[in-house]
Parts: sequence; C-alpha cells; structure tokens
Amino acid sequence: MMRAMKNGPLAALALLVGAAVAPAAYAAGGEHAHIERQEWSFGGFTGQYDKAQLQRGFQIYKDVCSACHGLKRVRFRNLFEAGGPEFPEDAVKALANEWPNKITDGPDSEGKMFEREPKAFDPILGPFKNDNEARAAQNGALPPDLSLIARARNVEYTGTWWAHPFSMLRDIATGYQEGGADYLYALLTGYHEAPADVKLGEGMSYNVAFPGHQIGMPAPLAKDNFVTYQDGTGSLDQNSRDVAAFLSWAADPSLNARKSLGWLVMLYLVVTTGLLYVGKRRIWSSIPH
Amino acid sequence: MASEVEEPNRRDFLVIAGNAFAAVGAAITLWPFISQMNPDAGAQALASVEIDLSPVKEGQAITAMWRGKPIFIRNRTPEEIKTAEAMNPADLPDHSARNDMLPETTPALDANRVKKGKENWLILIGICTHLGCIPKGQAMGDSKGDFGGWFCPCHGSHYDTSGRIRKGPAPRNLEVPPYEFVSDNKIKIG
Amino acid sequence: MEHTSSYEPKSAFGKWWDDRLPVARLMHGQFVDFPTPRNLNYLWTFGGILTFCLVAQIVTGIVLAMHYQPSAHEAFNSVEAIRRDVNFGWLLRNFHAVGASMFFIAVYIHIFRGLYYGSYKAPREVLWILGVLIFLVMMATAFMGYALPWGQMSFWGVTVITNLFSSLNEIIPGVGTAIVEWLWGGYSVSGTTLNRFFALHYLLPFVLFGIVVLHIWALHVAGQNNPTGLDIKTKSDAVPMFPYAVAKDAVGLFAFLILFGWFVFYVPDYLGHADNYIEANPLVTPPHIVPEWYFLPFYAILRAIPSKLGGVIAMFSAIAVLLFVPWLDTSRVRSAKYRPLYKWFFWLLVISAVALGYLGAKPAEGAYVTWSRIFTAYYFAHFLIVMPILGLIETPTALPKSISASVLPGGSGTPQGAAAAPETR
Repeated sequence: MMRAMKNGPLAALALLVGAAVAPAAYAAGGEHAHIERQEWSFGGFTGQYDKAQLQRGFQIYKDVCSACHGLKRVRFRNLFEAGGPEFPEDAVKALANEWPNKITDGPDSEGKMFEREPKAFDPILGPFKNDNEARAAQNGALPPDLSLIARARNVEYTGTWWAHPFSMLRDIATGYQEGGADYLYALLTGYHEAPADVKLGEGMSYNVAFPGHQIGMPAPLAKDNFVTYQDGTGSLDQNSRDVAAFLSWAADPSLNARKSLGWLVMLYLVVTTGLLYVGKRRIWSSIPH
Repeated sequence: MASEVEEPNRRDFLVIAGNAFAAVGAAITLWPFISQMNPDAGAQALASVEIDLSPVKEGQAITAMWRGKPIFIRNRTPEEIKTAEAMNPADLPDHSARNDMLPETTPALDANRVKKGKENWLILIGICTHLGCIPKGQAMGDSKGDFGGWFCPCHGSHYDTSGRIRKGPAPRNLEVPPYEFVSDNKIKIG
Repeated sequence: MEHTSSYEPKSAFGKWWDDRLPVARLMHGQFVDFPTPRNLNYLWTFGGILTFCLVAQIVTGIVLAMHYQPSAHEAFNSVEAIRRDVNFGWLLRNFHAVGASMFFIAVYIHIFRGLYYGSYKAPREVLWILGVLIFLVMMATAFMGYALPWGQMSFWGVTVITNLFSSLNEIIPGVGTAIVEWLWGGYSVSGTTLNRFFALHYLLPFVLFGIVVLHIWALHVAGQNNPTGLDIKTKSDAVPMFPYAVAKDAVGLFAFLILFGWFVFYVPDYLGHADNYIEANPLVTPPHIVPEWYFLPFYAILRAIPSKLGGVIAMFSAIAVLLFVPWLDTSRVRSAKYRPLYKWFFWLLVISAVALGYLGAKPAEGAYVTWSRIFTAYYFAHFLIVMPILGLIETPTALPKSISASVLPGGSGTPQGAAAAPETR
C-alpha cells in the first residue's frame, strides 16, 4: 500500500538515536508521583457509568465534599436525567428544595436581591458565594469547584522516556480517558503520616498522590472515618472509588451517549471502508497500477 | 481517455453497496447539525415561574416573563367580566378557547379561559397571534382597542376583555398558558 | 499535456446553460475525466482528506459559533453548556477539537509525501508555495481557535505566544511592546483579545478556502506528481479521475475517518490538555505550558535557541525555509525512490521532526535542550546544506521509461545501467 514506507531505513535510525539519548533524558524525569490505574465501569470500548455507583458517589459528595466544594456546572436536573445517577425525579426535587446552599435571585419588585430554594434547573452550589469568601474561610486555600475536576486532572507519565511513545499508543488504542478518576482515587486514599524528613507547612497534610505531597485539604475520608451506605457497607476504598466515579460523570455527563453511539459509528466506518476498498479493487481490476 | 482501458463494471453490487453505505452515512450525519438548533436542555428546564398577584389592583395589569415571552396578567373589573361572559363563541372569529390546559375543541367561552372562582384574573401569553408583536393595553394610557381588551398596533388586531380576537388579521385568540394558583394570590406558570 | 473537458450536455437546457455558464463543463473536466497518473499510492489520497477536513471544520465551527459566546466571562461557560446541554453539542465540540488535530496529522503526511516524491520541483513551485501558505494560515487559525475555550492553556498559550513579538524590542526598543499591546487590545491578554481572536478564527478558514482553491487550480495546471516523479507522457500513463482516483480517495478518506472517529468517540480529550478544563486565571500560570501537539516541533526550535529574538527568528525561519525548497533541491530527479542517498536524509528529517515534537513537550532543561539543538541543527541543515549539495553529487538509480512502464507487468525493467533520464523542467 504505502510503498514508500518499505524503503525507509527508519527502524535502524530510530534505535540508533534512541540509544544515544537514553541515559541523558532519563535523568530528567521522575518528578511526578506514580498513580496506579484502576478498573472503571466507564472505561474501555463499551464502558458505561454504573448507576448505583454514581448514586453512592453522590452521597459521598453530599455528605462530605459539599461542606467545602461546589458543583456549579451540574444542575439538580442532571441527577435524574438519563446517563447519570438517574435518581427518581421527585427525590431530586425534594433534595433541591432542602439543599443548604440557596440561590441568590432577584431583583424582586422592590429591587432587592433575595435567596430562594434551588429548583431542578439550578446549579448545585457549594457553601461559598465566591472564591474570596472560600479562601477566607479555609485559611487561604481555595477548595476548587468539582464539576470538572475529573477532566482537569490527569495522570502524568512516569516511566522511562523510550517507552513513552508506546504507552501513548496503547492509551489511544485502549481508549484510556480515566486519568482523572485514577488520580482522584489515589488522592483520596493517599493520605499518610508524613515521613520523618518532610516538614509539613502549617495546616498542611501529607499525601502521596498530590504533586509536591503537601496538600491543604485535610483527609476528607479515612480508614476509620467513612460514609456508610444505606445497605450498611462502606469503606475508605469504596467511598473513594464511588466519589471518583461520580465526579467523572459530573465532568463528562455525555459519556454514556458517546460510547453507545461510538461503537455503531466505528462499525459503520469499518464496514463502509471495507466495501469501498472491495469496490475500488473491482474498478481498478483491469488496470495495473 | 478511458478508451483503451476496459470499462469497469459500475453496476457491480459491491461498488453500489459501498456508495450506498457512504451516502446513507453522510445523510445520517446531517441530523446532529440540524438537531443542535433545537432548544437545549437548559432552555427546556427553565419551565416554571411564580408570580405574586397581590400588588395588582382591580382594573390594573402587569406583564411577567415566562420562557422569554411576555405574560399578560389583568385583574378584570366586574363589567369587563360581564361583557366577556356575554359573548357567544359562535359569533367569534376563533371558536376555540386556546387554553393550553384544555383540549383544542373547547369553546371560546370566557369561563374556559380563566380559573373557576378566580374569574377576575385573566392570564395570557401577550403575543399577537398574527405575526408575533406585543399588543397594547397593559399600561394605563394604552389604547385597549375597540373591545376594551388589547390592540395590536402592527396590523390592527383588536382583542376583547377575554383576550379573544374580534377584529383584524389575527387568526386566533390570545393563548392561555398552563398555570395554577399555588396560593390565594400567587400563581405558578409552566 | 493539455486536457480539455469531454463534457457533452445531455438536455437542451443543459446546452443552453453550458453556453452561458459552463460550470458543469469545468467540473467535469477538472474532477471527472481529468487525467490522473495511474500509479498513485494511498499517500495521494490526503489531498482529498484535507479538503474534507477543511469543510468539516468550517461546518462544525459555524454550528459551534451558534452557541459559543466570545467574552472572558462567558466563553468557558458557553463551551461547558455546549458539552452538557446543547443537543449533540458534545459530539460537535469533540469533532471540531479533534478535527483540528486530524487536519494537522493529514497535512503533515501530505507535506512529507511532497518532500519524499519531489512534488515541489518544477513545474509545481507555485503549487508548493501556496501549500506553505495554507500551512501558515492553518497554524494561525488553530492557534486562535485554541484560545476560544478560555481555559488555562488557552489563556497562557496566548500570553506566551503573543509575547514572542516583544522580542522585537531587541531590535528597536519599544516596537515589540507596541505590537504586543496592539495584538492584545490592552496591557494584558483579556476579553478584548478573545473577541478579536474569535472574529479572526471565524474569518481565516474562508481565506484558507480561497488559497485551497488556488492550490487545486495550480495542481490541475501542472498535473499531479506520482511515485516515479515522471510526467504523464502518453494516454496510457493516466486514468480518468472518475471513477479511478475517486474510488481510491473514498477508501483513503473512510480509512482516515476510522482514526478520526476513534478519537472523537473514545479519546476525545487525549490530544488536549487537562489544564484547559480549568477556567482561565490571569493570576496563576500552570506549571508546564505546552502548545497543542502540532506546534511542538516549532516550539522545540524556539526554545533550542538561547536568545529570545534568535529563538523567534529560528521558529519562523523553520517555516519560511519551506518556501525555498523548490530551489534548494538541485537534484535532476524528483522522486526519492530513485535517490539512494537522499532517501536516508529524508528519514533523518522525519525523525528530527518527530523528535523535536517529543522534546517540545518536555521541560526546557538539561539534556532536552541539548537534543533540541541537535535536531534543530539537522532540520535546517537538511534544507540548507543536504538538499543543495546532495542533488549535485548523488547518482540517481535508473528511472523507468514512463509511468506505465513502471506498473505494467514486465514493464518496470529498465535496461541495465541505463542513465537516469533528465526530466523536462
């Protein structure tokens, strides 16, 4: 097919150059913590969110994270729409009505702003009105909004430099997009006693997954302090996994639609390419080329 | 050009199948480009609005917003109600009540355009059914038209005190949006 | 060889129309019975693929512009609304973002194909130069497009790249600063900058479209090059574009769409950067600012030069040098297929470009800088030293007698020891 490629003495040169660069570049790497990859129901070719897991994850968000973090790009209605946790609509409306962080609306007929209960179409707000209020309440540390956190964080490659291109190709071929979830899980389970040689700043905690290892957020979950689900189960590991899955959905709510349409499109493209190729061979059959 | 090469069999089934697949794929691909112009999930969700009626005195009117449209709310006087009720739907240009909460065939009686026991409150979508202008008649000094309701200045449509078309080019009565009284003087539209 | 359209209007109306506006005749002559070399390989399908990419980017772009709001306050929110609320917004947005990358993958293959087979050589110099202009406008369009989501990488990418112009202060003090402020419309990157970038990002693709029309025009004047680099001499060297080349282009396009589709549906964010999901913040710079992958080789060249002005000059020269390739290459034969030595240097250039891409993504420190310099040196040496000298000293291998001789059974055999036939220039 690509006759030109066969001529290229590419491999030999690549090896040569590779061998020469190896020791030099390797020394420059290794500043990021290694993050283990986890199994996610929404990973891979046919992955979809696990509704029950998203529901449990939302409970963690509500019971733990929402004390400091907002989720402003997620609307209450998203919680009952298809492709998400799919809570019953009435339950979500009741939840919105009782949400502690009210919506500022107005001005009313007297020109004053007022607070009201959130409706289904309103965003899920955190406790702080703005970043400055959040910083003031949290010793200067800003608890980020979590709507996009699973997309805004990723896992940095930490292997040897020459394996990097292969790792990239493997990630593309396997459709790996769960770096954010892997990182969040690693972060939530990554709180440890600081090693003796590390001096923590005031109010800081030690976390193996966090870049630089000093994090302003105190451990939100712990081995002996976790959320128990309605069925009585629960653990630090399970809580972390569930909330990471929930936040993945919050950041990428169209994943179910994307992947369920995706395999149809891929199938269509492969079949059509095959048919066009056979057709092209028929058309060209009498012409040497 | 092709004289010396053999004419390919263009009726070859596989060639046709390949072309058909490509054509169908291209046609289906059009759908997302068309669908994206429909109201998005955010617009669909902004469905309801609550309005406090207590400041509206008898004979007064206010205009609210719902789904980006003006909502006419008029606290009608007993005379206005009486003239509205006296009208026979058969004599009107549009026989339908045009009430979103009632079937299309409901006759255009004044009773079918208001809530029972709350006959003084007339709630309408304030858009002329002709070409979408906003009729006059809400503000104090406005012309209310020949029938005491609303008057559309764009092309001269006259509406009565029940918001029904009486004269002019508009084909339909002003539409009644879906609403309910959540308390004695508070309504929820949508 | 001269080509005239074989179009014959079938109806009376067709004839009437053809006498007044012979557009069907033109299209038929240029895209139906146009003679294409019979030996084109799949690398020649990338012209069609690129046309598809441009049209697809324009169409998805127009649709996205129906929902996008180019203001510093609303840009990020509106992109999120597209991803979350607009019907099929996630699909259209992924398609447009991935499409930019696919466009560049295709254009790089197209450029290297041209370099390998000598497609820039006479009489295709203007065709090649128009191609370089297309590449430049593409880069400008992509750069401004990446600013629009107004994430952290958008903001800081714009800041860093526009600041390149401040290096002109080293020549005439004050001029660089004046240009940068003129680009920004303020004293820092702001909503004003975003607004003008949006206007230009909407405009430039249509400019691109115009240059592409000229590019195709120039192509149809000279005729397509082919793997042998030989001209079409007889009718048997060519086949009509339809159905032959069109059938092949369709296979190439759909095969390309498999890759395209995979990225859109399975790894839509892989080619982007996580930091761009954080709204722009003028007070916090991300730890590593990297441009989009398709700019990385040029970014590496920029950083390889220790002086600010020198880096900027080197980066722009890396593109400008392409304009002179038709005259830098002194070889008598077009195709590297018949150039035993040049072949090796060609692949060395490919490796340099890929390596510079890799290095551009790494922090500018230690060994990375050293290697950037080595590959930058080769990049320029390839064009400025290898191409002129090698063409003079290299003995090409025997060329086939004609295009058809190279593909007909038993016809590829050129007489042993035959001298390379000089081509008509």
